[in-house]
Order: sequence, then C-alpha cells, then structure tokens
Amino acid sequence: MLSARIKSAATAIMAVGLLAGCASSGNPKDPIEGFNRAMFAFNEGLDAAIIKPVATGYEAVLPSPVRTGVTNFFGNIDDLFIGVNNLLQGKVPEAFSDLGRVAINTTVGLLGLIDFASDAGLEKHNEDFGQTFGRWGVGNGAYVVVPVFGPRTARDTVGLVLDVAVDPVWNHLPQDAREAAVVLRLVNDRANLLPADKVIEEAALDKYSYMRDAYFQRRRSLIHDGNPPREVEADAEQVDRPATAEVVVPEPRAEVMPVAPAPPVLVARAEPVETK
Amino acid sequence: MKSLFALFSGLLIATTAMAQEVAPDVLVKTVTNEVLDIVRKDKDIQSGNTKKAIDLVEAKVLPHFNFTRMTQLALGKDWRQANAAQQKTLTDEFHVLLVRTYSKALTEYKNQTIDFKPFALKPGETDVRVRTQIKQSGAGKNIELDYDLEKSGATWKVYDISVGGISLVTTYRDSFASEVRNNGIDGLVKSLQAKNKSGEATSVKK
Repeated sequence: MLSARIKSAATAIMAVGLLAGCASSGNPKDPIEGFNRAMFAFNEGLDAAIIKPVATGYEAVLPSPVRTGVTNFFGNIDDLFIGVNNLLQGKVPEAFSDLGRVAINTTVGLLGLIDFASDAGLEKHNEDFGQTFGRWGVGNGAYVVVPVFGPRTARDTVGLVLDVAVDPVWNHLPQDAREAAVVLRLVNDRANLLPADKVIEEAALDKYSYMRDAYFQRRRSLIHDGNPPREVEADAEQVDRPATAEVVVPEPRAEVMPVAPAPPVLVARAEPVETK
Repeated sequence: MKSLFALFSGLLIATTAMAQEVAPDVLVKTVTNEVLDIVRKDKDIQSGNTKKAIDLVEAKVLPHFNFTRMTQLALGKDWRQANAAQQKTLTDEFHVLLVRTYSKALTEYKNQTIDFKPFALKPGETDVRVRTQIKQSGAGKNIELDYDLEKSGATWKVYDISVGGISLVTTYRDSFASEVRNNGIDGLVKSLQAKNKSGEATSVKK
C-alpha cells in the first residue's frame, strides 16, 4: 500500500517533469515555471475560496489556548518523526531529545496538548524527510508547486511523499476520525500562518517569485539547522564590492547617519532652534 | 548665550557619538528592547495601526540601517547597470518598501519574547551576524531572527535581516533580476513605485 502510494506520487512527479518541456522562462532553479505559476494560482484560489476563510473563522471562534493545544497535539505526533529524521541524519542527541519530548508531552502533557518539554528545556526541532535527504547531500532539484501542499523542490516532493506515507494521523487513527483530524490539522496550520499573510502581501512585488525565493532560503536554513554557511553574501561580495567602491558616493545618506551630529559650528549658528 | 549653549550641547552630542563604539550585539539588543517596550505599551500599533508603527521604525530603527547596501544586495550584479540617479531612486523606493514590511510585521507582534544568542566579536571583524530567537509562548515553535551588520567607521549598520532563514533583502533578488531583464532598471523603478503606491493606499485605509 505504501509502495503503491509512492509509485503514484512518482508518476505524478514524472508527469510534472514531462510538462517541463512546454514551459520554461530562464530561471535555472525553476525550469517548469509555467506549470508552477498555474499551480500556484490554483492554490491561491483554493486558499482564498476555502482554506483561508475557514482558518480565519477557526481563529476567531476558538480561544488561543485551545488553538495552542491543537498545535501542540499535532506537534507531539510530529516530534516522533522529527526524532526519526534526526536519527537518520546522525544527530543522536537531538533524536533522544525529541523522543524525550514525546515521552514527557504524551504523559505529563496530557497526550501532547501541553508542551511541557519546551518549558523543561527540550527544544522543539524542525525536521522532515526532505531535510534528511538534503543533509545526505541530495540537491534541491527543480522547484515544484505541489497542489494543496504548495512550494517544494523535487527533493522535498519526494520527502513529502514519505512524510505523508508514514503520517501517523492518517495511518493510525480510526477511519472515521482521521479525515476530521487531517482537516483540523490543515486548518490549524493555516490559522498559524495568518499573521504572515499580511506581511507577505506587503512585501512581495511578485508573490510567486517571492514565495519561491523564500522557500529556497527557508529550506537551506532548515537543512543547516538555522545556521547555513553564508554563501549568498560571499557571492555578493565578489560581484558587488568592487563596484560599490566606485559607485557609492562616500557622503553618507541621511538615514545612514544614526545620531547625525550636525557639526557643532552649524548647530551654534542655527539661532532659532529650540535647545532645552 | 543661547547659541553658546547650543554650541556646547552640539559638541556634547558629537563627542558622545564618537566615544560610544557600540558593539553590534549590544546595538541589536538595545534597539530591539526599546522598540518592543514601546510596542508592548501601544494599543494602536497592536491593533494594526501601520502608520504609527512606521513612525516608530523611522525614529528608532532606521538610523541603524544601511539602505544603500541593502538595495545593492537585492539587485546583485544589476546594481552596476544603474546610474547614480537610478541607484538613488531605487534605494529610496526599496527603503519605503522595507520599512512598510517591517512595520507591518511589528503590528503582528503579540507577546513573544526575544532571546539573544551568545555573541563574541572577534578583533578586526567588520561583518557579523547577530542571532536572536523569537519565543512564542505556549506553542513551542521558535523563530530565528538574525541581523547582519557591517561596520562603517565606528558604527555598525544592519544590512540584512533574516526571519527563519529567509532574508528580507535577498529574497527580492530573483524578482528584481527578472524585472530588470524584462523591463530594464527603469521598469524595476516603476514597479517598485507602483507597489509602494498601492501599499500606501492600504495602510491609509487601515
């Protein structure tokens, strides 16, 4: 059953790969941009029509401690797999910390509703199969916007398939509860992202490419556990620095000067200025 | 008399500014605490008054930012294509965009606390990353908030901020690059101006 699911996902990825031929726009990271933009528009539409309104209502109706409980409950189940992924990445102390979290939160934390482990100093980690592959040295591959799930890379799409295939909520809850649980998790996750929406709307010139770049940077950071080598900056130095030296006027711009002390002489001459 | 007093206070400001070579981590910490203290007490900002948040950011945060450098980084190699006037316009427009984004983020502030990670400045270093973490009460997910600073003269200036590893500046690279590729530097200037206009409209509405 598991292999069947992986097979169908692999077929889907291959189909996506075939589409690559028809739409390309020059960004080497995003060879199937035409397809991706269409899928992005689909996801945005789905979000605007259904997911976001439901999440907004959910946020409005349920008090914050309840939503935190929901987040913690699903987070506790995740921790198990975060631990497995840490183990696969050879990060043994982290893996034990994750399993410790599960042990504490499942018992003292009432089946995961309360995150006591964080208070006890066991930090929550963020791992998934895509990151594990990344850690093993698998490159990003092409950027793919997956229906419903959103931005992924080819590597992370395979990771996602595994994440879904072993998802305990889907696989181990009773048949009638699991649909509800998966929907609740989706809505809760979306509600947690509502604050970010406004910031992204404010920031992005072109939301599609903004999200794409943000995704690449986020994944890179996650694979390096929040401490990626500063490669981007190094590039920029080589490319930009010499130019900077020539182009930038040495005179600092107004906002570049913090305390902006006007030369004392000038201040002294400015008679009418109120100085207390 | 009055002008003499002004002269002295002017001198005083100038000398204290020169004397305080504030370490980058101290700078980040001071400004963060100062700004959050204000936001915590300000109901208007908490309820989404972007205008007021922008004023706060302009007064407290911006003096420590190097926008020319930020714009340069966002443009990458295209920066050299732009002439001096275009560079100035780009910097100004990007400035407006970043300030609004940053201010918007402030209005989303609830009651998270900030942890400052240990930082040690090596002698002679002029480019550093100060790492902090936003702690959300209840749900245990923390968000990394990192500041990249560069030393110019005796002062440190922020030239990039990353939230959860996503850079506020370099995330624009691909969209800027494709805009320049398709419509030239002026096309990018135009689209930044249009974006800022529409943003202004929405923040006024608020």
